Amino acid sequence: MTETERQQRMNTEELIEETAGAAAATSALPPDEPQVAGGETRSQWRDVWRQFRSHRGAMVALVLFVGVLLFVSVGPWLWTIDPGYVDIRARNTGFTAAHPLGTDQLGRDMLARLMAGGRVSIAVGLTAMLIAIFLGSTIGVLSGYFRRLDAPLMRLTELFLALPLLPLLLLMVTLFREPLSQSFGPAMGIFLLIVSAIGATSWMQSARIVRGDVLGLKEREFILAAKSIGTPPRRMILRHVLPNVLSPIMVAATLGIATAIITESALSFLGLGFPPDFPTWGRLLFDAVDQMALYPSRVILPGVFISLTVLCVNYIGDGLRDAMDPRIRGR
Amino acid sequence: MLNFTIRRVLLAIPTLLFISLVIFLLLEASPGDPLGDVPLTVPPEVKEKMREALGLGRPWFIRYVLWLKQFFWVEPLYWTDQLLGTYFSDGMQRVISFQSRSPVFDVIAQRVPQTLTVVGMSYIVGVMIAIPIGILSAYKQYSWFDQIGTFVSMVGFSMPTFFTGVVLIIIFGVKLQWFPSVYDTTHEVQDWDSFLVQVRQMIMPVTVLALYNAAQISRFMRASMLDNLGQDYVRTARAKGLGERKVVLKHVLRNSLIPVVTVIALGLPTVFGGAIITEQVFKVNGLGQLLISSIHANDIPMVLTLTFIFAILIVTFTLIADILYGVLDPRIRYD
Repeated sequence: MTETERQQRMNTEELIEETAGAAAATSALPPDEPQVAGGETRSQWRDVWRQFRSHRGAMVALVLFVGVLLFVSVGPWLWTIDPGYVDIRARNTGFTAAHPLGTDQLGRDMLARLMAGGRVSIAVGLTAMLIAIFLGSTIGVLSGYFRRLDAPLMRLTELFLALPLLPLLLLMVTLFREPLSQSFGPAMGIFLLIVSAIGATSWMQSARIVRGDVLGLKEREFILAAKSIGTPPRRMILRHVLPNVLSPIMVAATLGIATAIITESALSFLGLGFPPDFPTWGRLLFDAVDQMALYPSRVILPGVFISLTVLCVNYIGDGLRDAMDPRIRGR
Repeated sequence: MLNFTIRRVLLAIPTLLFISLVIFLLLEASPGDPLGDVPLTVPPEVKEKMREALGLGRPWFIRYVLWLKQFFWVEPLYWTDQLLGTYFSDGMQRVISFQSRSPVFDVIAQRVPQTLTVVGMSYIVGVMIAIPIGILSAYKQYSWFDQIGTFVSMVGFSMPTFFTGVVLIIIFGVKLQWFPSVYDTTHEVQDWDSFLVQVRQMIMPVTVLALYNAAQISRFMRASMLDNLGQDYVRTARAKGLGERKVVLKHVLRNSLIPVVTVIALGLPTVFGGAIITEQVFKVNGLGQLLISSIHANDIPMVLTLTFIFAILIVTFTLIADILYGVLDPRIRYD
């Protein structure tokens, strides 16, 4: 089955190249003597940062993303209205001084709810991404490094890729929400459920990319050198292999945040996400759909936040990929 | 090639069996009770009888094998009977939905046309938009067209379909009143006018899905074109005096389409999955809507069968993509 795997690797490479196409043409010629060039110390990360800065779209996206992060993290300190506070007499107001983004059908402040919702959505995105990346890079490194584990782990990956993910996610979330919310409380239980469900179903791409890179890395001289001085496998992986596959992992992680946020809001939109009194962006959108003819802004605001965040994250991932992979720079 | 195909098909069978087992066990482990909606006034003995009638009394592995038999043996027999007028499946139990007490496949057969018209149409439209855009933006790399195209496809990629759908409904369904916001599945096309009504109600769901697909495919197309435009054979073709149109549209395009075709094949099952959301937005009662409603009702046979059909679609199209790649690209040798 190595042929299929080779082809799948080619597919991932195409995927990488395809998204890299958005980069601006900004490759500078390397200095004649890299050792002394510039006079300052050059680390890999400083290089990456310099390259990243030249990607205009990614820089704009980074600024916007930090803005969104500040909005959801610092925002509630400045705008102190409780997102769950029901003020039935002030319901359905438009944009006023007391409620800059209006209120919903129960008179809850939309600005506060957007902040609270964003917190949950981004927290879900980050946590699910961490789980997916941890699983993906562990499986990728193990199957790339240990030949004996390669075949079974890759079979497992293929199996997961063949699973119908959205139906399965729907299934998992509906079936297990009751017992989990009983044992961990409604909010925490659903959070754990959604995060682990998304994480467990989105690690496959990164596992494949990491495995491909590790396989290539294993042929290099420094690995041979490390092996010949008797480095044990554990240190081999942690010291020599992992740092070298960090860049694809980071790119996959960035793009993973975007997918996780979208998946969470899709689940919430289908009414299978967090409980109603627990706002997330997807939930806010879902709640507002019933009255979208009368109050379109309530639908559009959370939708814009979701799209903006995902767009920023995608652009950052694009920029990172360009900055980290010198082969595809300037394409 | 034939060897490879046979090997892959044979390998797909255990994969599918395993997936069906996973889905079955997941449903089995769930705490939901298919009789949860039965009124509390029904005495426990009757409930036990009902449970027995649904086949729930037996251990899980027997039920699993029974379902396998029904899915892979009884159903094909039934459909051949329908086609040829034979009586192979007489007296055999088909997969029965808990919810409607009718065979699962009959319900699915009712829903498939709605999903297929909307999803299939949107995929075709998406591909037809994506390929010219990909060609142009690769040919004029870094031109304003390319910059805008890249940005738009990035936006289209990032906007979830439930948001674009809702925005379209607000703009065109509510404010401008051009298109109906709810898809009427009982509508039948008989003459020109009813055909126009059908087109009008299909425009919005198709646009939403098509935009999302086009965003992805156009990026693949652009990357693949860029790869090929830098190749030596393009220079040769130009050097021997071929017209630019011929070079791009014949030599480059043909070679660039190879990976794109496989991507299109790989993407089809995902589109079915994504259609779950779009169907919910526009209230199309297709397969996705059926899946969600049967999940809510704990209709285990229906959920199992539907999810498994999605899995079959994924495995089949992955296989098709692999084989297509080998057929279209003579450089790829599987043996």
